[in-house]
Amino acid sequence: MNIEQIVFYFFAASVLLSAFMVVFIKNMVRSIFLFFVTLFSMAGLFVFALADFIAVTQLIVYVGGMLVLMIFAFLLSSKTILNKSEVKESNLLGLHHIPGLFIALLFFLILFITIYQANPDQLSWVNNSENVIQVNDNTIHFIGVNLMTRYLIPFEIISVLLMMALIGASHLARREKKI
Amino acid sequence: MIPLAHFMLISAALFCIGLYAVLSKRNAIMILIGIEFMLNAAILNFVAFGKYDKLHMGGQLFALFAIVLAAAAVAVSLAIILNVYTYYKNIDPTVIDQLRD
Repeated sequence: MNIEQIVFYFFAASVLLSAFMVVFIKNMVRSIFLFFVTLFSMAGLFVFALADFIAVTQLIVYVGGMLVLMIFAFLLSSKTILNKSEVKESNLLGLHHIPGLFIALLFFLILFITIYQANPDQLSWVNNSENVIQVNDNTIHFIGVNLMTRYLIPFEIISVLLMMALIGASHLARREKKI
Repeated sequence: MIPLAHFMLISAALFCIGLYAVLSKRNAIMILIGIEFMLNAAILNFVAFGKYDKLHMGGQLFALFAIVLAAAAVAVSLAIILNVYTYYKNIDPTVIDQLRD
């Protein structure tokens, strides 16, 4: 077991553990901050798939932008939850959690069996493929060239959509007398 | 060299955690976090398979597009959550059950 595998499985364990704790911890402020840990470790996993640019984008967009937005929304909206946080501590796993837990476990079983039978490491285009990204490749170069040639239309559409979404969000969040 | 199946297993587990959060949480922000988990699981699969596509970079570029879409979705939905809170004084989706005034 070399150092690459050790670090990879450390990040994987950190992702899964913090995701479990996000879901099962009652205190919402703690779970939002643990969500931060999950996203950080997810960026680490992206680096191991040789997608360093995606990892940096994940850090900037999710951790920098989205999480601050979420904490603001939580602090603005959940005064009642903050006040009665001690009352709900008693029932750790209430009855209404059981159907969701059941469906999630069964869905994981389905996915596990599918992955086991698909056996993605033995696929022909994975095993003897010529254009695998090497560790010392400059992936940002390839991303930039493809973004301006092959994926130009999705890039333009997504930029217009992002602008629309941001204008719409700021319009919705504006304080008005009559909504 | 990490096997591809391990990436897929991690993303499957993360997807199921997100599914559980969406199905059983009583708070709109926690449901949003569950949706983000599911999106992140999908992005991990994109990136893991995109390693075998050096020429066209399909996986990594669509992961990038998915991150941008997730950011847009979170911005709009948090604005909606704030509006719902000013109207109902509550963001429990089981309580909010009518569209009209």
